[in-house]
Amino acid sequence: MPWPLYLQSLLGGALIGLAASVLLLVNGRVAGVSGVAGGLVGGLLGRIDGEFFERAAFVVGLVLGPFVFLIVFGALPVATITGSLPILIVGGLLVGFGTRLGSGCTSGHGVCGLARLSRRSFAAVVTFFAVAIVTVFVMEHAL
Amino acid sequence: VNFPRAFAALLAGTIFGFGLSLGGMLDPSVIRNFLDFFGDFDPRLAFVFAGALAVSAAGYALSRRRNRPALGGAFAIPAQQRIDQQLIGGSALFGVGWGLVGLCPGPAIAGLALGLPSIFIFTVAMLVGMAAHDLWRGRNVANEALAS
Repeated sequence: MPWPLYLQSLLGGALIGLAASVLLLVNGRVAGVSGVAGGLVGGLLGRIDGEFFERAAFVVGLVLGPFVFLIVFGALPVATITGSLPILIVGGLLVGFGTRLGSGCTSGHGVCGLARLSRRSFAAVVTFFAVAIVTVFVMEHAL
Repeated sequence: VNFPRAFAALLAGTIFGFGLSLGGMLDPSVIRNFLDFFGDFDPRLAFVFAGALAVSAAGYALSRRRNRPALGGAFAIPAQQRIDQQLIGGSALFGVGWGLVGLCPGPAIAGLALGLPSIFIFTVAMLVGMAAHDLWRGRNVANEALAS
């Protein structure tokens, strides 16, 4: 695979780190997408607090990001998604429930938590990577 | 609505979504190929993590030298240290879902921009899962209150 693609990924990652730094240094908040989205869902369930609108603004920004990519590169990012309807639904439910129960996902634990050397985040990251690797192995090579 | 804070969040979200797009992270097959050592291994997730951790660690180090965020208030950094069953169990459930489809919360939401029905279905299910957790935990908290 071509190195320019890897450099592009490194730069994309650096921008994710920049976004997390902006949110931390300006608003004092951790850029954990499951926490932000979960807070919004909780707000819709009846606990709208002072942070509801800034969470909503972050989520709107997330969706705008690929359109900035469209403006810069002339096309939306490519996505190939396999998986039947039941897999998509079960997968989505598990990701939503699991990230809330585990207090974080790839961004909150993975990027922000590891960056500040949190033991909890390290344990979470090792767990979800290990389980995801086993899940993919079972689906692709054992079934 | 606190407009400066909302604008900062909008900006951070947009940079985040653009970074995910640039890194190839909106493509579930890129993620699943990273997780699959016995298939067409794709290392891009590791490059994204390397870039994100380097800059995010610098941002965190900078925050340690400041008393408060630029727009006031306090830094809300999780203080919890204990590794408990919820952390490990929740992360394991997340890992199953992540492996099944190749989407985690950031790309699931940013990926709504692509207009693909499959991503939309996944993301709606994810939000339902989050709501289910809140309702379940809410009832558990109520039960614990009754028991104590």
